[in-house]
Amino acid sequence: MREWAAYSLEEKAGRATLVVTGPLLISTIGALDRELRAFEGHVDVIDLSRVGAVDTVGAWTVLHFSREQDAEIVGADRQASRLLKAVEAARSSAALLPPRSRLTLRVPETVGKYVVEFGYGSRDMLGFAGHIMVSGLALFIHPSRFRSKAVVRQFELVGVSALFIIGLMSFLIGIVIAQQGAAQLQQFGAEIYTINLTGRLSVRELGVLMTAIMVAGRSGSSFAAQLGTMKLTEEVDAMRTIGVSPMEALVLPRVIAAVVMMPLLGFYSAGLSIIGGAFIASLTLNIPFHTFLARIQEVVPLYDVWVGLIKAPVFGMIIGLTGCYQGMQVEGNSEEVGLRTTLAVVQAIFLVIVLDAFFAVFFTEVGWG
Amino acid sequence: MSEAPIQEKVEAQAIDNLEPDFDGEFPIVIEGLRNSFGEQVVHEGLDLKVKRGEVLGVVGGSGSGKSVLMRSIIGLQVPDQGTIEVFGRNIADESAREDMAIRSRWGVLFQGGALFSTLTVGENVEVPLKQFYPELDPELMHEIARYKVVLSGLPADAASKYPAELSGGMKKRAGLARALALDPELLFLDEPTAGLDPIGAARFDELTRNLADTLGLTVFLITHDLDTLYAICDRVAVIADKKVIAVGTIPELLKSDHPWIQEYFNGPRGRAVQARPEHGKSMDSQGQTGE
Repeated sequence: MREWAAYSLEEKAGRATLVVTGPLLISTIGALDRELRAFEGHVDVIDLSRVGAVDTVGAWTVLHFSREQDAEIVGADRQASRLLKAVEAARSSAALLPPRSRLTLRVPETVGKYVVEFGYGSRDMLGFAGHIMVSGLALFIHPSRFRSKAVVRQFELVGVSALFIIGLMSFLIGIVIAQQGAAQLQQFGAEIYTINLTGRLSVRELGVLMTAIMVAGRSGSSFAAQLGTMKLTEEVDAMRTIGVSPMEALVLPRVIAAVVMMPLLGFYSAGLSIIGGAFIASLTLNIPFHTFLARIQEVVPLYDVWVGLIKAPVFGMIIGLTGCYQGMQVEGNSEEVGLRTTLAVVQAIFLVIVLDAFFAVFFTEVGWG
Repeated sequence: MSEAPIQEKVEAQAIDNLEPDFDGEFPIVIEGLRNSFGEQVVHEGLDLKVKRGEVLGVVGGSGSGKSVLMRSIIGLQVPDQGTIEVFGRNIADESAREDMAIRSRWGVLFQGGALFSTLTVGENVEVPLKQFYPELDPELMHEIARYKVVLSGLPADAASKYPAELSGGMKKRAGLARALALDPELLFLDEPTAGLDPIGAARFDELTRNLADTLGLTVFLITHDLDTLYAICDRVAVIADKKVIAVGTIPELLKSDHPWIQEYFNGPRGRAVQARPEHGKSMDSQGQTGE
């Protein structure tokens, strides 16, 4: 058991004296400190002649109490006096947390800040998109500055290494669409339309949309985290000073990779989701695998493929843009990298879905319904 | 006085068995230490004793394993062989609870400060207090955090700042404030003056020496800085050839004929420091310009 510091009250030469006993260390001061804080009464003198070892926390407690009581400290040995002096010199009443305003002020302030930030954020992101396009055009004028190695590397990261997970996801989604669709269509004997449902939905909507969500989660986040970390370690600044444009070296390869890979992945995803549908149809609906695939050619109009393929690069652009933009906005500490990465993924998925809705209306209006 | 309830409450909150007694002369004793990473052997048969109350400077070339040695002592790196006794206990085979006891008696300043970036400086100092001494009154913890911040040479209002708002030198001081939070007996400093300007480095040296004297600390100080060695170290340990090749005061080391030691102290930089009239234990080292 620890030996706790304690005190007793004595009357010495007509003066109320608080005699402290035991070691005055951080590990033994807990009780004494609380007792002295609750102390009601008055002492003139604090006697330290019977204490054991002292550290700064013990010295602080004694000093604090002596200030409160306006009491004199006697009997301190050399070490104790030295610590008392050091602690006295280090007294401060500064706040430990930055000042916070009242809740009634903070709420409107925060809301206002978000609105303003949203405005500036949208403006900056548009500016960033413009910057990407200008840099992209500059590459046509100076094709030698095109970083083919970096682009190919990003092709691999965004496209090739995503093949397995996107393939698996699409296959399973195909199964779900076909199986659930068939369950409903069977009710009026139209299960043959499962093929139309699976085919058109996969090619036109889900293939590209699910791929976009997966790419946003895989690559959009890694864009933001990579660029954000590079910003923190001043790699981006180092590039600028050497005369390498971070836009050309870091952002463009990623955006190009996302734009180019999205249609390929989207098409691949649509294909695998049809195969998934055909697979479950052959198992549960007695529609042979080959018949399913042959029917797809008849029931899916070619413009459905176009709809999917037109949307895909736009989604890729959005993902690359938000990922790189958020990454380049990182400043300060490592926490920001996490926040910006989250923001990049959330924004990318949100914007992709909003745009998808616009596309759906648009293509129907132009007669590609 | 309502002494008993407070005492009971405090005892109930306290972590028991926290304070092992140690009165020996050598808080750190390392024998036959061997560390390796894969094929690469960093330490082989390394022995070192750190005396109570001294400031021991540890020098060695880049990659000679100074930081690895410190990490071994504080238990972040498990050695292949050898024993490391801190406060008379072998830190490799103690139960977690006794580890806590040792941990409460040392403070570590990492190279970059290693402050928790989501907490203010003051909150950073409070983290070890809350961890080891939950029985302390929250108000006392705040007060401790405040004076430790000032004690470490930071302005008082730095306590409410986040690490990202501090300069490199201030981060080190904030790291020192956290290392000192528990009033440790043993302080580990990993290149405390690296990356500081000469004036800031000299001030930091002075602060370290003052604190070591005032608080009676034993300091294990890894450094590259010759000025630091001359200004504040009682003894210097030289790591080369995977072991400690020499320990002693600087005059003693100067007599050694080991090529690395000769090169180190008598190279152009070493001679420049030696040539200064006020080298040695000068406390008014503010006037010194390093390197």
